[in-house]
Amino acid sequence: MNPDRFNYKENFVASRRSFLKASAGSGVGLMLGLNLSSSAADAQQSNSDPLLEYNAFVSISPDNKVRVLIRNLEMGQGPYTGLATCIAEELDASWEQIVCEHAPANTEKYTTPALGAQATGGSSAIASGYLDMRQAGAAARTMLVAAAAARWNVDAQEIVVSEGLVSHGSRTASFGDLAVEAAQQPVPAIESLSLKSPSQFKFIGKEELARKDAGKNDGTATFTQDVKLPGMLTATVVHSPRFGGRVQSFDASEALAMRGVEHVFNMDTAVAVLAKDYWTALKAKKALKIEWDDSDAEHRSTGNILAAYRELVEVPGTAAETAGDADALLANAADKQELVFEFPFLSHAQMEPLNCVAVVNGNKAELTYGCQSHTQDQAAVAALIGTDIKNVTIKTVFAGGGFGRRANPHSDYVLETVRIAQRLPGIPVKLVWSREDDMEAGYWRPAYVHKLSASLDNSGKPEAIQIRVAGQSIMEGTQLADRAIINGIDMSSMEGLVGLTYEVPNRQVELHTTDVGVPVQWFRSVGNTHTAFSKEVFIDQLAAAAGADPLEYRLSLLAGNEKESEVLNFIAQKADWFNTVLPDGWGRGLAIHSSFGSTVAQVVDVSIDGNDFTVQRVIAAVHVGTAVNPDIVRAQAEGAIALGLSSALGDEVTMTDGIVDQNNFHTYQVLRMNKMPDVEVHIVPSDAHPTGIGEPATPVIAPAVANAIAAATGKRLTRLPLRLV
Amino acid sequence: MAYRLKINGEIHELDVEGDLPLLWAVRDYLNLTGSKFGCGLAQCGACTMHVDGVATRTCVLSISQAEGKEITTIEGLTSVAGKAVKQAWVDAQVPQCGYCQSGQVMSATALLESNSNPTDAEIEAAMSGNICRCGTYSRIKSGIKLAAQAINAVEVA
Ligand code: FES
Ligand code: FES
Repeated sequence: MNPDRFNYKENFVASRRSFLKASAGSGVGLMLGLNLSSSAADAQQSNSDPLLEYNAFVSISPDNKVRVLIRNLEMGQGPYTGLATCIAEELDASWEQIVCEHAPANTEKYTTPALGAQATGGSSAIASGYLDMRQAGAAARTMLVAAAAARWNVDAQEIVVSEGLVSHGSRTASFGDLAVEAAQQPVPAIESLSLKSPSQFKFIGKEELARKDAGKNDGTATFTQDVKLPGMLTATVVHSPRFGGRVQSFDASEALAMRGVEHVFNMDTAVAVLAKDYWTALKAKKALKIEWDDSDAEHRSTGNILAAYRELVEVPGTAAETAGDADALLANAADKQELVFEFPFLSHAQMEPLNCVAVVNGNKAELTYGCQSHTQDQAAVAALIGTDIKNVTIKTVFAGGGFGRRANPHSDYVLETVRIAQRLPGIPVKLVWSREDDMEAGYWRPAYVHKLSASLDNSGKPEAIQIRVAGQSIMEGTQLADRAIINGIDMSSMEGLVGLTYEVPNRQVELHTTDVGVPVQWFRSVGNTHTAFSKEVFIDQLAAAAGADPLEYRLSLLAGNEKESEVLNFIAQKADWFNTVLPDGWGRGLAIHSSFGSTVAQVVDVSIDGNDFTVQRVIAAVHVGTAVNPDIVRAQAEGAIALGLSSALGDEVTMTDGIVDQNNFHTYQVLRMNKMPDVEVHIVPSDAHPTGIGEPATPVIAPAVANAIAAATGKRLTRLPLRLV
Repeated sequence: MAYRLKINGEIHELDVEGDLPLLWAVRDYLNLTGSKFGCGLAQCGACTMHVDGVATRTCVLSISQAEGKEITTIEGLTSVAGKAVKQAWVDAQVPQCGYCQSGQVMSATALLESNSNPTDAEIEAAMSGNICRCGTYSRIKSGIKLAAQAINAVEVA
């Protein structure tokens, strides 16, 4: 079987290609033209600083501001700065004159091609926007040049644009001076635009570029939590303590008697309390007496669920990949290597508990929130209130983290807000979940068990491998199901294990998709959060069994993989892999993994103190093609390492009889500064098309730490979070 | 009942229940939204303000306890150390999502106001109550060191 068939990211790329083909020559150009005419009309109505739209992404006003619309959600991964960099590059703007805003929900204009929807995910913002945004910048520049050529009656070819100034000989004009005339110039065809070569870049790849979301440094940035509309009520909710429970009856008399409480609604799967402020709504919520019908609810404990998974991986599952006859070779193997891995449920625990603001009036809904999945949420809201998506407007504000959670495939928190707002036509409702609501609402990274078995040939190389995975499907029942589930295999459960990067001639890879009543969803780097761990810990085990150096062993199995080989050689040098002598009681571990088109390797040093270990230092090498903003690439790697380390060291959600055991940061132990190691990030030089960095560094740290612990202690830890006892 | 709060040098009178946490008084009644809600349990530090100069988790401090105290929110952070910290945050490009950062800036400023030259261990001790799920810890540490340099340069000059 061709492993590529199973790569759902590749499928996205394929759909992008057909999208481009379908719209080539007309789609984007036409789009630019449409926007121009409608906005010129808007601009005439406003007198002060009219914004003149040059295309869907670039507007310029006579006061010399360039407004850039950002189609991806700014939740910390840097699309504000990154996409603005691409536009500024080809527009030849000055960096200071650029102001970023989130684009409105409009699938036609603001689809991220890699995702086939207006959405943010798959580490695709820069990878997918690199060309589009440069074209948008170049198109606007062409119009400014044409306006100057007409005004000065000179040849457009002779005009120079630099740092926001258009000049010809001794004549210069700012973008603002030309804004109105340029907006009347014809929108150039995409094919007529010529883009810079990397040697001409002034912004792309530059180190010191001020961030475009500076309000985050002084408390002035606006998040959903900060939105206040006239007459707005704050809603809190009580969800069923078990997944799948429903409200049987409730007594709200005490809550309704409290000063400031306005409404209590039965939402069937929840009870909602509305008040003028959050604290009152929270107090009233605690005063509710609710009886739940949980006859259909999930009652199991996580211990039982994982025990069932451990039994499943002992028997064959649905084949995802078969090459040669791994089963027969393993059955006869004299020396078989075998490890069973266990991964808990994880809560995203983004710092801003989920929230959303909505006003519903008849067949219209206006939403304001940190929207990560515009097309999905717009469609879900339109279906709920029975209207056209055009009647669902979304204003996007910053999101206080996401890690996947804000792009809920069922629009859970968004629909909950709209259902409540529907009861109060015309009144703005802000749904605010407490930390407890957020953690207990599920949509966690699923729990998994893996079993990996291999036999080695005489030279110590693996000749057969069998991989079995048991866990819930993330994609089932979502918009992505038809792309991500292929022949019954949810590729998000298997990515990285099917089509293994390491050469193993005989492979048998199987999946058990389980049926558990816990709502689950993607978590930063999706399936790689667990597949990279078992792959990289297992390969280390095989290297140890073969008596080989872990880095050399990997290289010997990556002969056909130039990029991973390059990154391994690069990190070997940066970490001085072959010569470093560590203090006594320390261990050094390595892991490498490719996801979302990027490759990341990490070398980790740990020190051991009895049954405790400390991660002392992390050296990371990232291959992301062109690093559009090197400092953001490093920041994303640092942050992803911290998040991955958090799940290596402490994050774990458990349930007892279906009741969630961890619901706030006293029990859900996330990484704090005292456990943060020194992190050094090195970018592999490349001028290839950019690939993503929001996610790919996440899954590499945990296996690197486990491998370092094994190097120090000889103990092969296979369960996350990692514990020496 | 009416409570008098002194916030960023100004007196505000609020007719609310005395158990209202300072965080929600400031956010919902005074419309100062820089201080954030992250846990409501004194576990994350997103709501940190200075109360009589001490970095305090205001999600668990009722306004009846806050009466008569000098309260500073990030909006009113104009001290030498406060300005240095905000500038250092820009220079070290600290924030990612930014949601925790008001609290980080407030904790960092309180630290530097009591110790203008903290060691790594002192920084970790003072800052480990502030969670950053985006993992900006290394940059927070560098930001604090940059701010310390700036403050000490001013003091020497
Ligand atoms: S909101 Fe106060 S410490 Fe978390
Ligand atoms: S910057 Fe996102 S939580 Fe700290």
